[in-house]
Amino acid sequence: MSEFTLSPTSTPSPPGFSFDLTHRNALIAQSAAANNPGKLPKALKTGTTIVGLVYSNGIVLGADTRSTNDTTVADKNCDKIHYIAPNIYCCGAGTAADTEKTTETIASQMELLRLNCGSSTSRVVTACTLLKRMLFRHQGYISAALILGGCDVNGPHLYQIYPHGSTGKLPFTTMGSGSLAAMAVFEEGYRDDLEEGEAVELVRRAILAGIWNDLGSGSNVDTCVIRMDGSVEMGRNCVTPNDVGVLREKVVRSSVLDMKRGTTAVIGESFRKRSGGGVTLEDVVITEMET
Amino acid sequence: MSYNAAMIPRQNPLDDAYAGKSAETRHLKPGELSTGTTIMAISFSSGVVLCADSRVSTGSYVANRASDKISQLHDHIWCCRSGSAADTQALTDYVRHYLAQLAVETGRPPEVKVAAHLMRRLCYENKDHLMAGVIVGGWDPVSGGSVYNIPLGGACISMPFAIGGSGSTYIYGLVDSEFKENMTRDEALALCKKAVSHAMARDGSSGGIIRTCVVTEEGNVKGYISGNTLPYGPAGW
Repeated sequence: MSEFTLSPTSTPSPPGFSFDLTHRNALIAQSAAANNPGKLPKALKTGTTIVGLVYSNGIVLGADTRSTNDTTVADKNCDKIHYIAPNIYCCGAGTAADTEKTTETIASQMELLRLNCGSSTSRVVTACTLLKRMLFRHQGYISAALILGGCDVNGPHLYQIYPHGSTGKLPFTTMGSGSLAAMAVFEEGYRDDLEEGEAVELVRRAILAGIWNDLGSGSNVDTCVIRMDGSVEMGRNCVTPNDVGVLREKVVRSSVLDMKRGTTAVIGESFRKRSGGGVTLEDVVITEMET
Repeated sequence: MSYNAAMIPRQNPLDDAYAGKSAETRHLKPGELSTGTTIMAISFSSGVVLCADSRVSTGSYVANRASDKISQLHDHIWCCRSGSAADTQALTDYVRHYLAQLAVETGRPPEVKVAAHLMRRLCYENKDHLMAGVIVGGWDPVSGGSVYNIPLGGACISMPFAIGGSGSTYIYGLVDSEFKENMTRDEALALCKKAVSHAMARDGSSGGIIRTCVVTEEGNVKGYISGNTLPYGPAGW
């Protein structure tokens, strides 16, 4: 009940996030809006396309690999499919630091739970509940929009989890800024009885739709297949439509730029001892430490 | 320290962000999911019918077109959720937990009244932080079928029928005129489907399919009507 009953001033801060500056930030935003209307300070917004779908024998997850900082591409080949348990993986959209830290935290809690229970596999619904509780507790301030997928004793499961802590269980879902482009592909191509090959191909097409049509998404396609037998196949960079290596190879640079050693003639060499100013190691008097 | 929504200055009605938003959606934080919704419940002679549309939206985007807004609180107690998806899911999780505990401690099934007042307590005492309109309905051996409406402020009103969510405003007249005391199970179910399909046709933030749940002593029967076979709406015009 802590998030409901805790009064903001009563108890000392428990470990974790602090929201002491929330009020200050709100006031800054308010005064900024009053001084120059329409020019509110903008929060960092990250672009991503992540998708997931259920097929006849498991789950396929997909993600693009672009990481952005404002309008700059910060990382051209980052990894957005995170490990939760041997049979569960999670795609993350939103603030990279938040998605990474939340999935790491839950992965650790799941491992401890498995050790405590002496079980070999985790259930997807457990991971979903842990994630939604953590996100709800932080009232949307952890900006992690997640697609959680995995296979357990009850079959394949796919969940979407929003930053405010609401969840949904779906046969196919997309999230991030490229979710609209990807959803268009899913709505057109999804069937209940997809085979693994068809499912992976549909996921690739959905991510590519995000890569091409959403400015926040780009670079390569990552996929992850989780099967009912417990096997996992990571398709890291399974499509690389933006590979510039081939183009770079074709660039012929002038041989004039390849300077040989000794191209510049040495006219003379001399060494001089440094003089005046400053302290060097030579000036230090070493005294034994008192013991 | 947990986040306190009261620390954020309330939105000014003159702000741009305020314009064009319904009473339900303007209290949501940016990016928060809303079950801009039509929900209803009718108690009939031997139980209750709960009914809801299936649309979950973020602004103008439909985040989930086949969601289930009818959640189980105990064996014979269910609720329809409207408002913030995150808030109502957290609330139902708490109420489900407490009812399960109560059932073990007392050794008998909890009353619907107890479930409703538990929900009301959470809604009322945390009203500053929550955006939740809930209809609790179910069957218990003491009162039979009963329906409780818990609107945004955290009141708790026992009613023969209840409607809620943004779409409910379009069907108050319809339900008032068509409702009769002591309906049969089938009459109640038919009225629910008719009313919710009318609301879905007029309310932009309600839509998708109709989900139903009939709760009686014998058990719970869940059902749905797919979007192309609604009793009223684009497919039937």
